[in-house]
Amino acid sequence: MALEKITQVGGRGVYVPGDDLDTDRIIPARFMKCITFDGLGEFAFYDARAFAKAEGHPHPLDDQRFTGASILFSGSNFGCGSSREHAPQALYRFGIRAIIAESFAEIFFGNSITLGMPCVVMSGEDIRSVAKLIESDPAAILTLDLTEKKLSIADMDFPLTIAAHAHEALVTGKWDAIADLLEGLDAVRTRAATLPYMAAN
Amino acid sequence: MSQTLLDKVWATHTVRILPNGATQLLVGTHLIHEVTSPQAFGMLRDLNLKVLYPSRTFATVDHIVPTDERAEPFSDDLADAMIKALRSNCAENGITFFDLPSGKQGIVHIVGPEQGITQPGTTIACGDSHTSTHGAFGAIAFGIGTSQVRDVLATQTMAIHKPKVRRINVAGKLNLGVYAKDVILHIIRKLGVNGGLGYAYEYGGPTFDAFTQEERMTVCNMSIEGGARVGYVNPDETTFEYLKGRPYSPKGADWDAAVIRWKATASDADAHYDDVVTFDAADIAPTVTWGINPGQAIFINENVPFPSEVPEKDRATAEEAIAHMLLKPGAPIKGTKVDVAFLGSCTNGRLSDLQEVARYMKGRKVKSGVKAIVVPGSQGVASVAESMGLAEIFREAGFEWRGAGCSMCLGMNPDKLVGGQLCASSSNRNFKGRQGSPTGRTVLMSPLMVAAAAVSGEISDAREVFDIR
Repeated sequence: MALEKITQVGGRGVYVPGDDLDTDRIIPARFMKCITFDGLGEFAFYDARAFAKAEGHPHPLDDQRFTGASILFSGSNFGCGSSREHAPQALYRFGIRAIIAESFAEIFFGNSITLGMPCVVMSGEDIRSVAKLIESDPAAILTLDLTEKKLSIADMDFPLTIAAHAHEALVTGKWDAIADLLEGLDAVRTRAATLPYMAAN
Repeated sequence: MSQTLLDKVWATHTVRILPNGATQLLVGTHLIHEVTSPQAFGMLRDLNLKVLYPSRTFATVDHIVPTDERAEPFSDDLADAMIKALRSNCAENGITFFDLPSGKQGIVHIVGPEQGITQPGTTIACGDSHTSTHGAFGAIAFGIGTSQVRDVLATQTMAIHKPKVRRINVAGKLNLGVYAKDVILHIIRKLGVNGGLGYAYEYGGPTFDAFTQEERMTVCNMSIEGGARVGYVNPDETTFEYLKGRPYSPKGADWDAAVIRWKATASDADAHYDDVVTFDAADIAPTVTWGINPGQAIFINENVPFPSEVPEKDRATAEEAIAHMLLKPGAPIKGTKVDVAFLGSCTNGRLSDLQEVARYMKGRKVKSGVKAIVVPGSQGVASVAESMGLAEIFREAGFEWRGAGCSMCLGMNPDKLVGGQLCASSSNRNFKGRQGSPTGRTVLMSPLMVAAAAVSGEISDAREVFDIR
């Protein structure tokens, strides 16, 4: 299965501030009553967006200045909580193609990489600096360069980090593990036969 | 020697190292439910792949099942489509399904142990972050996403990196009225909601040695709330005693051989840990959350913190929490009015949880105006509780006695908070909107503290309400 090599993500940015933005926040459980991921995009951050609207100021994802943004910025421990792949699926289907945060929860991170959606880490200070730049010029095009491990906006570069294995998987086009796993089926059977609780089957 | 249980299980389940350095890890036992599996089966169909070991996947239905009117079709069309999809996916692929009519249905993390499917020294995966529960048996158990559910169905393996291990000791003995739930809330409060990132938590020490198997499950269940994807306790006689005679437990000579193997999987006395943390059980008091993540917790006699008092990095979240919870900084949490009391979930919906509460509820009444529900974790738990007379005690006291499922832990079925109701909950997450109402408020606590809240109509110290001294 040949997958796209993801070395760069370009696009406009949107900043959703906050730490510990959990997967219930990213997609409330009531929208997981589905048997496909189709149409989940509209439910991304549903309640937070509805609250903001009710309070008379748009949520960043509904702020027209940021419409069409594809790089999402946030705080630390992004995506904590439930293992629901519905969360990264909703963001992806909303149009997000990369997430930049101070840190990520582990399951969310893995789920996102498997979709080919890079999750990269930048310092809180740099994220806030970029957020200011986006705020002053929402049309600015950002370039997330995984090869150079930097984010560029206007004439500024910001360093970023990404777990080595995820980086490798993205830039070599191996972010979905299924092909690699299928190649090992003989070894799987051999290993399973050594385990009494598996061998009994 | 010098190995942890995680090292040993990892070694026996490693198939090979993938080109990107990840381990292709054999997943011996795969558990599935209706929310995170239908898309995975869809992906299999798209890729023209089959389930490799149908006999090593077990299914149940838990998140969307109504707990009152359980006749099908469900009134919610989407929920009805989900149970039907699971039923047909299991039938087409030869997967055992603990369906509603089986008498064995329940929350996946309660059904696995109850059936004896969860065993020491094994690897377990499920598309559900509370899969860490099964670590209480000395299994390495992961919550996974739906694409990984596909991977496990098709290859019985997943690509994963070996975590570091943090040993968490709880020394000494818990005080009366302090429970396993308080222990894990305290650990998360102290180590942080992301303190476990990259770690598996190995829980041990005298408090864990003394815990029942079900208490160990309560702690392991919430490992993920501390950022640790895996949590486990080394298997011992308590574990073997629990498993003996269960439907899927080994029998006869196989049992004896299994116990010998299981004992050998425990961490060696001189095992190397990447980190060690020790708590004193005597320092832990009944704990409740005041905020919107499980780390925002205080002892029942403490006051709601001022955001200005918390470390600067946590301040914005604290302010958001205070605004959502409508609590007053500096004021006691005790005395906060409660609208709903929820007793259940994969954290605290087991028989021992219900027994402990029933013991104190006998002859007591739920305060007028409080909606109190008991949702047994499985049909198995429900039927034993009914035969022991527990259901009757709860009904007498004014609790609604419901059918098994996840229910109000996450409000995917009709059991939801309404508006800004405040719920005293024995569940695991107090995220904004978690219990089905965007403005709903959740206060996490032990089952007995839920009962105390139900009786008094406010957040209370169960030791006072039930005169525990």
